[in-house]
Amino acid sequence: MANDPEEKQPPAPPPGEKPVAPAPPAAGAPPAAAPPKPAAPAPPKEAPPKPEPLDNELVKHYNSRFGEAICEAWLDRKQAILVVDAARLREIAEYSCDEEKFDLLTDLTVVDWPKREKRFDIILNLYSFPKNERLRLKVWAGENEPVPSVSGIWGTANWLEREAYDMFGIAFTGHPNLKRILLPDEWQGHPLRKDYDILTQDTAWVRENLGIESGQ
Amino acid sequence: MAEIPTANFPNVETTVLGADEIILNMGPQHPATHGVLRVKLKLDGEKVVGSECIIGYLHRGVEKIAEHRSYQQFAPYVDRMDYVAAVSNGLGYCEAVEKLMGVEAPPRARVIRTILTELQRIASHLLWLGTHALDIGALTPLFYCLREREEILKIFEKYCGARLTTHAFRIGGLQYEAYDELEKDVERFCKDFEQKVNEYEQLLTENRIWVGRTKGIGVISAQDAIDMGATGPIIRASGVKWDIRKAFPYAAYDQYQWEVPTGKNGDTFDRYLVRMEEMRQSRRICLQAIENIPTGPIMARIGKVLKPPPGEVYHSIEAPKGELGYYIVSDGTTQPYRVRIRPPSFINLEAFDKMVRGHLVADVVAIIGTLDIVLGEVDR
Amino acid sequence: MDALVNFFRPHLLPLVYAVVIVALLPLLAGYIVLLERKIMADMQVRLGPMRVGPHGLLQPIADAVKLLIKEDIIPEGADVLIFWLAPLLSVTAAMLAMAALPFGPAFQIADLNIGLLFILGISSMGIFGIVLGGWASNSHYSLLGALRSAAQLVSYETAAGMAVVSGLLLAGTLSTRRIVELQAQQGVWYAFLAPVGFFVYLVASIAETNRAPFDLPEAESELVAGYMTEYSGFRWALYFLAEYTNMVVVGAIAATLFLGGWLRPFSGTRALDFLDYAPSLLMFLLGGYCFYRVPKQPVRVQGGVLAAVGLLCLALAGVLGAVLIPPLADTKAAVHGGFWFLLKVFLYIYVFMWLRFTFPRYRFDQLMRLGWHFLIPVAIVNVMGIGVALVLHWQWHWGLAPALVVTTVATLLVAAFLARVGERRQKPLVGET
Repeated sequence: MANDPEEKQPPAPPPGEKPVAPAPPAAGAPPAAAPPKPAAPAPPKEAPPKPEPLDNELVKHYNSRFGEAICEAWLDRKQAILVVDAARLREIAEYSCDEEKFDLLTDLTVVDWPKREKRFDIILNLYSFPKNERLRLKVWAGENEPVPSVSGIWGTANWLEREAYDMFGIAFTGHPNLKRILLPDEWQGHPLRKDYDILTQDTAWVRENLGIESGQ
Repeated sequence: MAEIPTANFPNVETTVLGADEIILNMGPQHPATHGVLRVKLKLDGEKVVGSECIIGYLHRGVEKIAEHRSYQQFAPYVDRMDYVAAVSNGLGYCEAVEKLMGVEAPPRARVIRTILTELQRIASHLLWLGTHALDIGALTPLFYCLREREEILKIFEKYCGARLTTHAFRIGGLQYEAYDELEKDVERFCKDFEQKVNEYEQLLTENRIWVGRTKGIGVISAQDAIDMGATGPIIRASGVKWDIRKAFPYAAYDQYQWEVPTGKNGDTFDRYLVRMEEMRQSRRICLQAIENIPTGPIMARIGKVLKPPPGEVYHSIEAPKGELGYYIVSDGTTQPYRVRIRPPSFINLEAFDKMVRGHLVADVVAIIGTLDIVLGEVDR
Repeated sequence: MDALVNFFRPHLLPLVYAVVIVALLPLLAGYIVLLERKIMADMQVRLGPMRVGPHGLLQPIADAVKLLIKEDIIPEGADVLIFWLAPLLSVTAAMLAMAALPFGPAFQIADLNIGLLFILGISSMGIFGIVLGGWASNSHYSLLGALRSAAQLVSYETAAGMAVVSGLLLAGTLSTRRIVELQAQQGVWYAFLAPVGFFVYLVASIAETNRAPFDLPEAESELVAGYMTEYSGFRWALYFLAEYTNMVVVGAIAATLFLGGWLRPFSGTRALDFLDYAPSLLMFLLGGYCFYRVPKQPVRVQGGVLAAVGLLCLALAGVLGAVLIPPLADTKAAVHGGFWFLLKVFLYIYVFMWLRFTFPRYRFDQLMRLGWHFLIPVAIVNVMGIGVALVLHWQWHWGLAPALVVTTVATLLVAAFLARVGERRQKPLVGET
């Protein structure tokens, strides 16, 4: 837990384009990481809870079990976040489900930070019925880096990973049926990536299948 | 044409005769698929041996839109997801942003939010009951349900001017003060409602055909339900006593006494009973809430421009359909960097295939009905 | 020429009757639909059709016109000839069955000595129209609907046939007219002599006409519209006409066989002769109500239409009342017979509607189980019971009533036993091998 979170961050990007502001969720303390971010919002007087490093029993379990594979752990707005190594995700997921009893995969999603070296955060929101506790696992993955599928551990992941693949183009290895879920199968591009503009669409597909020039 | 694997489902016995299987394409335009759900069924006679849900016909890219709107501007969009429970969607979003900013709505606002959200739960369940009964062939309950739902929509209309996509709440509290007779209206509705629920139960609960059509249909065990991520009435009907209102109380739920109804068998009939009981419990919460609405401000002190500090938050509420979660990442600007919505309908629908195998075509519509999906939320 | 006229003379009246039936039946079916919608609306706390004509009275006509001028769609890959033929087959069968039905002592196209057999045989031909239409449509929904319909009709026709036999045993004849006359002679309707038979026929006839809760062949929430999915416009209207005609037919069979046909209730009791005034009075009240509503119509045209309807009712009241005057008493039986017969048919159809709006739909295997495991055995036992009762009556000189009470109780016991066995056997029938 000693490594600085900034290690994984890219150099400061050119300011200006707002939607791709790179300030990662971890960048709480050092101001250098978030140049486009102005001063904290004025009205709420009491400062919101700053992300703080997390070091409780749970994290100790994980650390002792997986050591280096647990990259970071912190608490953001009282919610526990654990960054783990992509290569050992499946192992860690299995441990979380079976040993730590995080038996419900509430959600699996992705956040895109295009300026970062490993641009995707894959986020697994876990919940434990016996402990009534939530935990967020995070994996950093690069553009074409495969991420192990957890659909064998939580059945929910099947569709959620398909959605992540559909929207972000993340290739989950070991997924039984990795194809698009919300968009048509032949669609080109992954719309929730930051470099996919909100007005972009697969014009060729629209023209061919809907018989109109543009869907806009 | 469809690649539906059947070999790895040994519990589905196929007939010895080996008659040809046919593919039945249900939807996206079908009277019982509750919108534009398309289900590809592999049938052996009338028996379902495989299924595949094809969704996305209503995909509007809500999550993408969120990244291009300010926090306040995005709030009305969430109403369009689960459009039969818009108030609940709004509550989840507003509370998530409040959590992100580290503010809290004042007590008065929270109580009024609770009342409206519980009314919305009743309205959503009423619509579910009516359409579910209609799918199974009972024509009449739908109209009774719509009659009561109308009363709730009238309260919404009086409160904020809209009936369906209400946008009733604002980040930080409420925009509108409760109108003068809100308590009286809610009380009048609740008073009649008890008897009305009994009336629906009279029509259905003891009805032999209804019981025959729902008992043992679409069974999902507690373990499977957890594995498939099912939440809300589905998991409760399987016997897991779990409700986010109890597990992580939000709004003003910790102030009231009420029960979490559960079922035993996890079949369609139990889900029906659980939802019926939930309506009664919602009524109970409403009655307690109107008794003592605190006075005071209805809006927290937040600025006109919201710039939550960088960071991320996950907040979920117990929507009528299950756990509705918002995962919001802020980069410190006025627009969210990423909004992820955890749609209960979408994830509950995933269990459909597991529930439907081995049943008949007629049960397929019963199971779609019992999942209580809204395609606006499945596809977003 | 004379020879030709002479040849046709005996057939003239039946020909006129046939034309009247064919001309009026679509109208009647249309108004049964309106009635259904109104009854449904009443049960569902709403108003139903109110716009076309006063209280929606012209709605059936508007619907018919709409259906006639609708685009005619034939799906791709359909077998065109059969696709055309199938609805015709259905509607023809339904209409033909009308030929042997006695709408009154005077109004009957043909009094066949095998009347009931003819009706049952012809009306079950209608299934060909459904199966062929479902097959020719080249759609899975249609095909499934047709298959369901075929299986359902075969199962329930058996039960209905057995139920009819129980009535026939009591009457001893197949001639529809004789059956009614015998009920008049014996002074009791067969529904009271064979209640189990009547009940079985009621249930089976609902299933036979594909009405809820047995409307699986066209279950709108499962199969869209079943065998009618791909039909539209006029051909769809023909199917619809066939369905409602079939309802009239089964209603008429039930009325003839079990409910005393054209007979007035208590027709043998002199003391209750004042019931003869009821038809006229009823029509008079209906007409009066129409006039009462005339000033409340929003538009003057609607008031006019309603007044015309009121006048029609009053005219009918006049006709029904006039035949009570001694000089015209000869025609009383004919005119009043028609009234009572139609009233019974409508009440029978009303029960159909009532059930439809109250119950959910059966599933296919449940439907089959109900048919094969319950209705058919009960119907068979009932036939045997009535046979035993008749033997007791003829050979052992028991009174008919006590004999029938004994056998009916025995039949009910068997039915209760079957129901309990059925409870325990909750295994799906479909897919069993």
